[in-house]
Amino acid sequence: MTAVAHALRTLARDWRSGEIGVLAAALVVAVGALTAISFFTDRVGKGVSLQAAEVLAADLRLRSADEPDRALLDAATDRGLATARTVGFPSVVLRDDDSTLAAIRAVSEAYPLRGELRVADALLERGRPIDGVPPPGEAWADAGLLARLEADVGDSLEVGAITLRVTRVLEYRPDQAAGFAAMAPTLLMNIDDIPASELVVEGSRVTWSYLFAGDADDIDAFADWLEPRLGDGERLQDIGEAGQQITGAIDRAQRFLTLASLVTVLLAAVAVAMAARRHSVRHIDSVALMKCLGASQGFVLRVVLVQLVVIGVVAAAVGSALGWLAQLGIASVLANLVGADLPQPGGGPVLMGLVTALAVLAGFALPPMLQLRRVAPVRVLQRNLPPPRVGALVSGLCASAVVIGMLAWVVRDPLLLAVLTGGVAAVIVALALAGWALVRVTARLRGRSGVAWRYGLANIGRRGGESVAQVVAFGLGVMVLLLLTVVRNDLLDAWRASLPEDAPNNFIINIQPEEVDSVRALFERNDIAVPEFSPLIRGRVTALNGTSVRELDLDDPDARQFLDREANLSYTRTLPPSNRLTDGSWWSGESVAGGEAELSLERDFAAALGLSIGDRMRFSVAGESFSGRITSLREVAWDSFDPNFFVLIQPGEIEAYPTTWITSVYVPRETRGALLELVREHPSVSVIDLEALIAQVRDIMDRASLAVQFVFAFTLLAGIVVLLAAVQATRDERRYESALLRTFGARRSVVLNGVIAEFVTLGLLAGLLAAAGAVAVGQVLAVQIFGLDYLPDWRVLAGGPIVGALIVGLAGTLATRSVVTTPPVRTLRA
Amino acid sequence: MSEDKAVLRAEGLGKTVDSPEGALTILDDVSLAIGAAETVAVLGASGAGKSTLLALLAGLDEPTRGSVWLDGRELTALDEDGRAALRAARVGFMFQSFHLLPSLTALENVMLPLELAATGDARARARAALEEVGLGRRTGHYPRQLSGGEKQRVAIARAFVTSPAVLFADEPTGNLDTRTGERVIETLFEMNRDRATTLVLVTHDEQLAARCGRRLELDAGRLVTDRSHA
Repeated sequence: MTAVAHALRTLARDWRSGEIGVLAAALVVAVGALTAISFFTDRVGKGVSLQAAEVLAADLRLRSADEPDRALLDAATDRGLATARTVGFPSVVLRDDDSTLAAIRAVSEAYPLRGELRVADALLERGRPIDGVPPPGEAWADAGLLARLEADVGDSLEVGAITLRVTRVLEYRPDQAAGFAAMAPTLLMNIDDIPASELVVEGSRVTWSYLFAGDADDIDAFADWLEPRLGDGERLQDIGEAGQQITGAIDRAQRFLTLASLVTVLLAAVAVAMAARRHSVRHIDSVALMKCLGASQGFVLRVVLVQLVVIGVVAAAVGSALGWLAQLGIASVLANLVGADLPQPGGGPVLMGLVTALAVLAGFALPPMLQLRRVAPVRVLQRNLPPPRVGALVSGLCASAVVIGMLAWVVRDPLLLAVLTGGVAAVIVALALAGWALVRVTARLRGRSGVAWRYGLANIGRRGGESVAQVVAFGLGVMVLLLLTVVRNDLLDAWRASLPEDAPNNFIINIQPEEVDSVRALFERNDIAVPEFSPLIRGRVTALNGTSVRELDLDDPDARQFLDREANLSYTRTLPPSNRLTDGSWWSGESVAGGEAELSLERDFAAALGLSIGDRMRFSVAGESFSGRITSLREVAWDSFDPNFFVLIQPGEIEAYPTTWITSVYVPRETRGALLELVREHPSVSVIDLEALIAQVRDIMDRASLAVQFVFAFTLLAGIVVLLAAVQATRDERRYESALLRTFGARRSVVLNGVIAEFVTLGLLAGLLAAAGAVAVGQVLAVQIFGLDYLPDWRVLAGGPIVGALIVGLAGTLATRSVVTTPPVRTLRA
Repeated sequence: MSEDKAVLRAEGLGKTVDSPEGALTILDDVSLAIGAAETVAVLGASGAGKSTLLALLAGLDEPTRGSVWLDGRELTALDEDGRAALRAARVGFMFQSFHLLPSLTALENVMLPLELAATGDARARARAALEEVGLGRRTGHYPRQLSGGEKQRVAIARAFVTSPAVLFADEPTGNLDTRTGERVIETLFEMNRDRATTLVLVTHDEQLAARCGRRLELDAGRLVTDRSHA
């Protein structure tokens, strides 16, 4: 009990004297960064599981690209289940000369079976729950949709071949957000209006859903009955599965963000190690005295442990509070991307924060503090005895174990863990080497400067190790922020600038075969360069090399998704212009009746499916099946914006299957009216505006990276804490030096200028490192991801050092000022 | 001094350390016995081995050769924690630079040895000890709020509060002006008389040495004088 009492008593005193402030601050930042992510993802996850039934708007949902057999609805009704039908697809909605892409959702009377619709009677009014759906002839539109069309309640919108009057503003529908909302705003209409709209025809890209709800047992029994009766392309989803998909996405996002926040934890850990070392050095004499007065090693150990645990618990509590505040910020930035009302987070992240704080303390603070146990009591008589040495190996092992442990906990994949550990080690070594080189070069410049600068630069050189740590810690924080702000935008701009002027800016899909000629004529009439039209056949892959796809075990989620869904297939006689053959040879002529068609696969796609030349694939299209053999692999320039396909099929027999046509076209701004004309003449044709799509993608990226910046703001904070730890570690030394200098006649301003020079230089170096790192990463991204020539922006190169010098100069000078301004007589007398 | 009555006894005590110039003998073959309530001054030039002898007698350090018995127990046969436990129960200390814990108040500093020895009623006893040295009104002050003389009086209270068998003092007036030093010494001897504590003082101060009943002089690590005053 006395060890606990003593630990708490001295801790309280150390706290008041600012001794452990830096240590605690470092932990708070680490815990804050991690829990912010954890709180946020916890909220999203909870929202998902709470709304799992709402996500389906039912207990059970049957989805298909074609309308399922209506007899299934009757069968469900006979079993006492409630049923509803919906069909959803993207389509252009028009109002006078305005048009925009909307997610059309046509629903039957009983929709939704679970959850409720919320509507408002006018824009900006408060929403309220409502029973029922829009009657025929009416529609309820998202506020976003109305805004894009500058429309209001009461206006009429053209949807396909019909006109619907907007009677309410749609605020919420249960199945709107499968976790992350669809990009296009919704227009809700009555399913009985669909035939007249002519929007849904054979081969259209639509999704039909039959909804079922009832008692859990009845639903289970019905699902068991329905399962064997499912046709090709029909999928049954229950609440568990719907939740699972979203949880998977959230899990991936969480891991990425947590990894990002581990950078902060790592930096904070460096500060913790520095602060703990100083703490133990300052306590050597006290411990020697206590041992002299009769304290055992065990007592000293208990005191150290109790203090660390208390610091850990308090820092975890404060850090969690900070994390909670930060997640509010993240949630508000991502409000439109994530379902509207998120439930409050649970306590799990707090526990995680506590574990993190204790782990960081164990790995980074415990080794130097444990040395206190070995302080010789005879130090009370012999002050010049060297302090017990901290074994570099032991502390290195402890720290590495904690870092690897935390990485493993986030990554949970041995190979990735090994790669990441190696990567982290390599980055740290590279940064440390670069920092070391900068510090060395700078220290040599001191001969060429005035007295204040010489003093400042000499300090940087003398405290080499700490200087490198500060440069690297700050450099890393500034680098990530530069990447997220300037470089990201530069890359996107550079990519857009690299596209040809007349790159297609509109995709036109769902063109019926008999419409192709008139669409072509419409382009000619409007002086629009007539593009190539590609056939599109919706089909499923059923077997690879004779093995049913249901039995295939594929790691690649994209490949799995391709096999699980209806795929877009196409045929062509010649290799499309934005394709390059990499393997095999292009076919000549047509496939032989009854024989195998030749297939050409996109190279990466083939690799994901584990396929190569000579392999066989079996497809099912409109209930019939055919097979083909791979004879070539292609590389595709996707950013050509030409219609491109993973699977191309040799023409011939395939042409007999139901086909729609697709094209992409460049429409100059002044002839955009032609697109309205196109949609009016051909209601089932959909026009997708690529400019708007790119703008939407950019908006999502902006929000996502703003959210990520919240995480990296913590990294910058951690950098500041490292700086404070370094300043604190040298406080006594600085105080003594400053007193000596002033005793010898240096004015206070000279000493202060020396300090400013030191920290401004450290900031410049950190900024330089950050700018160089950001440009290097930008270059790699440009070449590897975008295939661009990227010229580094002068703002990055200038901004890094300036930002670094400002922040570090200011923070360092403020932290050291009191040392410099202490009257020399007080320091020297003590 | 008959050996069986000795509170503190050393036999063939020696300490050799490694130095850049090779092995260096700091203390060589010192044997002595000190009885209960004796007051002993240890004198010698700087580097003569006074502090080393003090450290070995108190079990703060381990000798290279020889043995030490304190209060009937062989210190040199105990491990570090064993020696610490014995110090907690039977030994008090005073130092030239006071060695108060800066993070504890005067009262808490005095309570510390009681708590380490797991003695009950620590607070009341510490308060009484502070009153005895005239600091009853400064119990809540931190060391930096006290003068040099006050700090040393807190140290006296701390040294006597456990009623130790032996009190070791290393230059107890070295950091004090003459008048303050005299007052501190007065208090020290007063408490020694009241409690019959054995007092072992390392000092340069002849006046202080003259007040002690016995005088040990060291020269180059060897005990050259062991003389009792009349």
